[in-house]
Amino acid sequence: MTAFPLPLVDLLGQYGSFFIYLLVGLAFGATLEMAGFGNSKKLAAQFYFKDLTVFKVMFTAIVVACVLIFLSSSIGLLDYNLIWVPPTYLWPGIAGGLIMGVGFIVGGFCPGTSLVAMATGKVDGAFFILGALTGIFLFGETISSYAVFFESSYMGRFTLPELFGVSYGVVVLAVVVMALFMFWGGEKVEAAMGGETATKAPRWAVPAAGGLVVLAVLTLVLGQPSNTDRWEMIEAEQLALLDGREVQVSPAELLSVIHDSRIKTVMLDVRDERHYNQFHIHGARLLTQDELIGTARDELMFEGANTVFVAMGNDESAATEAWKMLKAESLPNVYILEGGVNNWIRTYGQEDFVQENLLRNRDNDQPAFRFDAALGARHPAAEPNPYAFEIEFESKVKLELKRAPTSGGCG
Amino acid sequence: MPKAYINPYLAGILLGIVLFLAFFITGTGLGASGGLNRMLVFFQNMAVPEHIDQVPYLLKMAGGSANPLNSWIVYLTIGTVLGGFISGLIGRRVKIETLKGPQIGNKTRWMMAFLGGGLMGYGARLARGCTSGQALSGGAVLSVGSWAFMFAVFAGGYAFAYFFRRYWN
Repeated sequence: MTAFPLPLVDLLGQYGSFFIYLLVGLAFGATLEMAGFGNSKKLAAQFYFKDLTVFKVMFTAIVVACVLIFLSSSIGLLDYNLIWVPPTYLWPGIAGGLIMGVGFIVGGFCPGTSLVAMATGKVDGAFFILGALTGIFLFGETISSYAVFFESSYMGRFTLPELFGVSYGVVVLAVVVMALFMFWGGEKVEAAMGGETATKAPRWAVPAAGGLVVLAVLTLVLGQPSNTDRWEMIEAEQLALLDGREVQVSPAELLSVIHDSRIKTVMLDVRDERHYNQFHIHGARLLTQDELIGTARDELMFEGANTVFVAMGNDESAATEAWKMLKAESLPNVYILEGGVNNWIRTYGQEDFVQENLLRNRDNDQPAFRFDAALGARHPAAEPNPYAFEIEFESKVKLELKRAPTSGGCG
Repeated sequence: MPKAYINPYLAGILLGIVLFLAFFITGTGLGASGGLNRMLVFFQNMAVPEHIDQVPYLLKMAGGSANPLNSWIVYLTIGTVLGGFISGLIGRRVKIETLKGPQIGNKTRWMMAFLGGGLMGYGARLARGCTSGQALSGGAVLSVGSWAFMFAVFAGGYAFAYFFRRYWN
């Protein structure tokens, strides 16, 4: 498994992790201050084309971080699936952005820079923060009246490469090249309009830009790891779990987990649709192998920390393949139904049904029972009464602390 | 004499490395408005806990026994203030003063800063993040919404800059 991002809370405990965030904040605040972001005049000059410091600092930071993030993901050092990507709520984001743009020109700061301004004694910064707190307070008081808009145009974890249908490397390189062109244009604009605070590009700017392009090209050439690549990175340790049968949960345990109100059980049925229609466990969701990766990235990753995923096939082969794919996507708490749906029916089916409809001579991972009608989840064995079956089982489900990105940005 | 600010490209590279390390180590990016939000909710919860329990948005942060300060972003925000202060000390830029355009007085500047802050705070919650959390962090990880947000901020600023030209220049 890729080492980064670190499971901070696991490693250091909650307060240890808070200390790390304090250090990150220190570096963040110091950099903003050094850049001159504590100075409202310098910030506002951006909007009169006199001093493009805001634009230069912001876009340099974005492209540098972007290249480093995707390059380290390319070489398998960083797991992009575990990185917080702010989910897209398109229209609330644009509306909020426009309001903030106006706030910027009126107030002279954004929230981050006002903190630094206040810290260095700028009285206008302190007034800005009081204002921001008031604005936040008013938001909390008014949001209930238009919550529908606030939750609208939700597109989940949606990235530019997905939008344009190209690879991450292409977008990274395009963003870098675009930024460099804008810096070049920005220097021209500043030379023409510049006020006294404007700065020239340093001598090392051209080699630095060249270096950034090289890293971006490298990111493009290496590409982002596919599901297969990701599996190969974790194969050794994960195969041990499979072979040790530590992730195959018995039907009895699954039934108890389903009825445990502290746990959310997501059952992923990876059989053919016809088999699913004939019989499936109540609440199980039909997913083909092709849909699995996309669904994991866009939906399953965002389930709460108390979610347990159980993949199931007729026997275990298809479910094991699905399990590998989900594990490779860094989904936490994934298990396999031991013996598959066949074993479930054997355990919870009525005795005469099991005896009369058992198919002998069948292939591996095919249904073991004959169904005269497609009953789906209406079959009696689809939703057994947990109190009618007292079966002892060896407990295998362990909720691991979630590493997946559940909050970030301005959480 | 205060020392000069560092070159914007150098500052950008440093900020980019800080942002990368934030993602690399913690998996989350940077942010600021979220920390202010939670500090505010903490005091709201002390003053009017019954009210918190009636607003779903506030309930998520401070409902029941949840402590709104129990979040990484609060510590990030405290760090940001401390980091700014330390860097200001080193650069000899810590000074009680009000920075403003030459044509206005301190009181006007304070009032406008308060007003602008109000818009910023409101907008940042509506957009689910501020310039740091959305534009910077979301931009670097290529979120579509963050890029749309970033263009909206610049559009809003430039659209209204004309009306405030006397105020800043």
